[in-house]
Amino acid sequence: MIRFDSVSKSYPKQNRPALRDVSLEIERGEFVFLVGSSGSGKSTFLRLILREERASSGQVHVLGKDLARLSNWKVPQMRRQLGTVFQDFRLLGNKTVGENVAFALEVIGKSRGQIRKTVPEVLDLVGLGGKEDRMPGELSGGEQQRVAIARAFANRPMLLIADEPTGNLDPQTSVGIMKLLDRINRTGTTVVMATHDQQIVDQMRKRVIELEMGRLVRDQSRGVYGYQH
Amino acid sequence: MRAQFVLSEIGVGLRRNLTMTFAVIVSVALSLALAGGSLLAQEQVSTMKGYWYDKVQVSLYLCNKNDAGASCAKGAVTEQQKSAIKADLNKLDVVEKVYYESADEAYKHYKEQFKDSPLADSLTPDQMQESYRVKLKDPTKYQVLQTAFSGRQGVQEVQDQRKTLEPLFNLLNGMNIAALCVMALMLVVALLLIVNTVRVSAFSRRRETGIMRLVGASSFYIQMPFILEAAIAGLIGAGFACVLLVLGKYFLINNWLQQRIVLINFVGWDAVIKVLPLIVAVGVLMPAVAAFFTLRKYLKV
Repeated sequence: MIRFDSVSKSYPKQNRPALRDVSLEIERGEFVFLVGSSGSGKSTFLRLILREERASSGQVHVLGKDLARLSNWKVPQMRRQLGTVFQDFRLLGNKTVGENVAFALEVIGKSRGQIRKTVPEVLDLVGLGGKEDRMPGELSGGEQQRVAIARAFANRPMLLIADEPTGNLDPQTSVGIMKLLDRINRTGTTVVMATHDQQIVDQMRKRVIELEMGRLVRDQSRGVYGYQH
Repeated sequence: MRAQFVLSEIGVGLRRNLTMTFAVIVSVALSLALAGGSLLAQEQVSTMKGYWYDKVQVSLYLCNKNDAGASCAKGAVTEQQKSAIKADLNKLDVVEKVYYESADEAYKHYKEQFKDSPLADSLTPDQMQESYRVKLKDPTKYQVLQTAFSGRQGVQEVQDQRKTLEPLFNLLNGMNIAALCVMALMLVVALLLIVNTVRVSAFSRRRETGIMRLVGASSFYIQMPFILEAAIAGLIGAGFACVLLVLGKYFLINNWLQQRIVLINFVGWDAVIKVLPLIVAVGVLMPAVAAFFTLRKYLKV
């Protein structure tokens, strides 16, 4: 599903590379936590998967494709097979919940019939059945994140990328979101989640990848957030 | 691509930037109206030049049977006189080439030049004059011909066409250059406004475009609303420019100049109608292309 072969990434005007010689493989259907302090390279790791950035050296394969050799105009096609969720939800405040989900389907050219069928389905799935006509501003943070997850999942992606999806939520709400992500994972979707939330990582007991100063320092199946230093 | 979705995006975009859109429309309209005006002025010059203007400098009009005046007192020019005149013309050093225009040819050229004017039907072929049209080696040596042939039997008039038309053409050309300068300036203003409008538009919709990118919308789909927005503003501007030109032709030329200056043949509606599609095409394409290149810089895809 995802393979990194000695991938390094350095940004211009920065002495230290953001990623240094990272090699790893994530299989289909896995649930992976990506941990590490701020500036450890987590975001760069995710941006490379989404091909918002290209690796400076090494190879990144996502969904069987070598991203370095993927031409620009094919990137949107690739991104349609990926779902993304962020800490700040990224919803459109002037559109209703249903329209937010529908927007993602409209812009990739889905037919109106398909959209009308998919939107209630996927909102049901994330536990927001019946809230289709509410505005995002009227919802709680947890509910807004569920809308974002519904939007990411509407196109049934093979891979879900989540960048600190619980970062803005209280512990109890976070648990609900994690249950939802776990359920999505059980449908066969691979989930890669960057997080700072120790409690969640320790509870879920999934594979943990830890980055430190751009290096891969730990790759542990059924791991915990971190060693006690 | 779903047309309805794109259309609603465009509507939202144009309304959000109403003042900027208005500025774009006005500047596009003015610059294109000026461009069309100067095209028509050029057309006017070539209409007025007629058949001979660029080919010869001096015309020797020969007597027609109806002509009055001392040199024509004996009626129409005779074959003998004609060949003598031609021989004398060819003897002169300053003459490069002599063309002969028969009365029928003169009628044909006249009809061509004044085809849009009521004057076209006012003359008959037998009223036309035969003429020698003379190309000079040195156009300033007109005086030589004037002294040699003026008053000669059979020559009704020696005319230096440039002397009568040149000042008018100079004026028209001057106005044309001024119009083109103002147009170039307005065009730059229009382009800068378009670039700025698109930039503001892209910035105010960065959330939407960010999400579109995220879920895998093609760059074409993301850029299309912005490009169409600019093209529509340009189209409206071009529409105003066309209206200005048509009104100008109707009020300034048809209802004013043509009433006062009967002898000049002004540009006709066909010339105006030829210019309009060009204006619309430029009005749509220029903003669209400008938007496209602006987006490459300000809208990461």
